[in-house]
Formats: sequence, structure tokens, C-alpha cells
Amino acid sequence: MRLLPYGDRGLLVELDGPDGLDSSVAVVAVADLVRAHPDAPALVAEVVPGARTVLVVARPGVDVGRLAGVVPDRTVVAEAMSRPERPVRRGEPTRIPVRYDGPDLAAVAVLTGLSEREVVAAHTGTPWRVAFGGFAPGFAYLVGGDPRLRVPRRDEPRTAVPAGAVGLAGEYSGVYPRSSPGGWQLIGRTDLALWDLDRDPPALLAAGTSVVFEEAR
Amino acid sequence: MSRLLVRAVGGPCLVQDAGRPGHAAIGVGASGAADRASYALGNRLLGNAVGAAALEVALGGIEVEADGVVWVCVTGAPTPLTLDGRAEPTGAVLALRPGRRLRLDLPPSGLRSYLAVRGGLDAPPLLGSRSRDTLADLGPAPVRAGDIVAVGDQVAARMLVDAVPPASYDDRPVLRVVRGPRDDWVADADRLVEQVWRVGAASDRVGLRLEGEPLTGRSPKGELPSEGALRGAIQVPPGGEPVVFGPDHPVTGGYPVVGVVVDADTDRLAQLRPGEELRFRWA
Repeated sequence: MRLLPYGDRGLLVELDGPDGLDSSVAVVAVADLVRAHPDAPALVAEVVPGARTVLVVARPGVDVGRLAGVVPDRTVVAEAMSRPERPVRRGEPTRIPVRYDGPDLAAVAVLTGLSEREVVAAHTGTPWRVAFGGFAPGFAYLVGGDPRLRVPRRDEPRTAVPAGAVGLAGEYSGVYPRSSPGGWQLIGRTDLALWDLDRDPPALLAAGTSVVFEEAR
Repeated sequence: MSRLLVRAVGGPCLVQDAGRPGHAAIGVGASGAADRASYALGNRLLGNAVGAAALEVALGGIEVEADGVVWVCVTGAPTPLTLDGRAEPTGAVLALRPGRRLRLDLPPSGLRSYLAVRGGLDAPPLLGSRSRDTLADLGPAPVRAGDIVAVGDQVAARMLVDAVPPASYDDRPVLRVVRGPRDDWVADADRLVEQVWRVGAASDRVGLRLEGEPLTGRSPKGELPSEGALRGAIQVPPGGEPVVFGPDHPVTGGYPVVGVVVDADTDRLAQLRPGEELRFRWA
């Protein structure tokens, strides 16, 4: 765990050090602990989880030097990770029904050495968890799924991926909240709205949320 | 409530306010006025509540009327301002009466002017803000000729000051930069402060694309996993020409950040036009 300066308003907490805190689970734990710190409302404008980092942004007028005070030390993080029910939000997982008829399902089967049915079973068989967002409003990078599903991005990104498309890339799975360009391997689609401005909050998935994919028939 | 009637629009014309920080975890960035100080000055002169929405007008070209008496103030880029053809200064509080026409022309320096109205602009807020996020496609749609924009009631104080001096912008500004968290991902981070950069034509609210002698990338640990980004962060993509993030930057990004512009200096970035030059110095 390392603290890196990020201009005069930000502090980047890096979690790929040799102390074992190198997972997306640690990212979620650190982000939750920073948000839950009693001084966070006064000092922190934004907590931005990434793949291996958490960016903490100071409120206007707050000296960036004070941000280190809201960052937990590694023993606190390790303890939080060993007690997964706290402080990470758990509760009931969000269930996402998926029709597994994506254009890259066959390619994913080839890349993973599984049959198409085994890809579906792997994707639905292990709960995923929201690690971080950032590609588009409502897009969530999901981690913690079956490790056999790790596949590279497509060589040629698609110029248009439809809303609701369910994809895989690297250690992540995700659902496109709106039509956009995209390079992930598409294995299915859902009718569930990941982003709905008439809903509060508009994003279906918040950081830390547990997600279970279910096959829709 | 009175309304603004938009008669003509030139360059991009967006509703902006103090932005919507705090939603990065659901993939929504802060957005908000690009030149925060100029935006806030207009609200202050008009006695508006902090965060009242204004129009961010790039390179002038807008003409508005009102259907009631509306107090207005234009700040930021010193656009030639006319009220029914008569020249008026920027930084002054003006009464826009029904049937009279306020026009903003091409400013001699700077890029973005702020047209604030007493009471703020009323548009449906999203996650607590009326800012248009051009990358995420959130917030009020860009303003077009023929649009009618309602004036709000976000008044906090009486108007006590009539006018402040118009802004002016120096050529080739020198902006302060702090070394970034990934400056070891380029072989020559000092090249950032050792040359004059030119603002590329593709620059927008997402980022300022800088043209100059490229930096030389090196990857100590393979590919950089996506990490949080911030207004003023200087990312270096594989081509080596830096991009300085603006208010509508992506929430997370995958290119190394080799420097971060000091927060107070990012307002000056917002006034740089394509083709203009700038320098950096280490803070």
C-alpha cells in the first residue's frame, strides 16, 4: 500500500504493493473505509476506485496534506477484508437475467477451452462484485467471477455495442448501460436498465454491490 | 418567472454550474463550469446562490432576449458585448428588458464567457447539478437557436457591486504543475516543462490536446490498470503527446498521469484556444 501525490487536491492510494493488499477486494475495502471515516464529509469531495488504486480528492479549500488522515492503514484494511460482511455493503445480491446469445459466445468458448454451455454455467455460477465504475454512467467493472472466464478484449473494438450487452474482458465482466463503442467480448444481453434517470439512484449497481447473473429463457 | 429567448448561437453553448462531484463510483464525473472562477464571479455580482446555473459560451456568437426584466452579467473571456447594438462592458451587471437584444461576439482573447442571470438558469437538475457533461451525455442539452430557457429563483443576496474590470488573458501563460503519480512511466517527464506546447484543434471540455515534442513512454509494469482521474491531470497516451483533462474527463483512465496542473491554474487552461501556446513549470 503506497500513497502517491496527485496534484494539490488528490491522493492516490495504490494497492499493488508487496504487502498482499493487491486485489480489487482491497480497493473496495479502502474506498468504503475512506467514505466511512468521520472526517470524510468535511475533507473529501470524491472517492474514485480504480482497478488497483483509490483516488481521494479533497474538497475545495482543504489542504491535500490532511487527506492521508482519512486513509486506513494496512492492518485496518486487512482486517476489513477478512470480515467481508463489514464494511463492504452486502445484503441481497442484485440479480441480472441474461439471454446468453452474444456474438462472441463461441469465441469465448474457444479462448477458454470451455463449451458454450460451460461458459454460461461459469458466468452464472459465481457471484460477482462491483469494483469500480468509469467507462460510462452506470457502467460497473465486476470482479470476483470464475477465473476461467478471463479473456482478452477483442482485437477490433465494435463501433456500436447495444445497451444491455453483457461482456467479458480480462478479470472483469460488465453490462453496457447504453449503446456505445466497446471492445469487450459479448456473451449475452439483459433487458434490465443499468442506468435509468427516472430512478434514484439512476445506477442499478453501486460499488461493493454483489451481482448474480441468471440465465433467462 | 422570466425566460431567456435564445435567438442565435455560434459556438458550443452549455448550461453549467458548480458540477456534480461525489458520483465517481457510479461512473459519473464532476463536470461543471470549465473556468470556475469566472463562472462564480458572475453569480457573486448578481447576488445568486452558490451553484446557480449560467450559460458557458465558447467564442461568443450568442444572441438572447428576455420576456421580462432580467439582470445579466457576462464574465470570463472579454467578449464584445452589445445591448441593442450599444457596447457594454463584461463584468458589469446589466438590465435586459423585454424586446432588447443582448449579443456576445468573438472575444479578442480567451475562449469561454459566462452569461449569468439573476436567479440562475432553471433546468431540471440531475444528481444535484444542472451541468452539461459532454462526455457522459448528461444534463441539459446544448443550447440552440430558438430555445427558451427559464430563469430560476436562486437568489441569495442583494446586488451590491455594479461592475468589476473585464478579464484579460496573457499570451503563452506559464501554468504550475505537480509531478504526477506515474511520472516514472515516461523517460523524460522534464520535457513537460522544457518546451512550449500548442493547444491542438481537437481540444474540448474532456481534455486539452497538447502538440509538441512527444514524451517517451516506458512501461515499468506492463499495462497500467485503470485508475481515477482528476481535472488538470496530464495523461500521456502511447503517442507521447499529453492530454490535460478538463471538467468532463473520464472518471477513470488507463494512461499514465505524469503531472497534475495545480487546481487554481486549471481555470486558465479553460480559456486557451486551439492554436494558442502555453508552458508548464514544476510547482
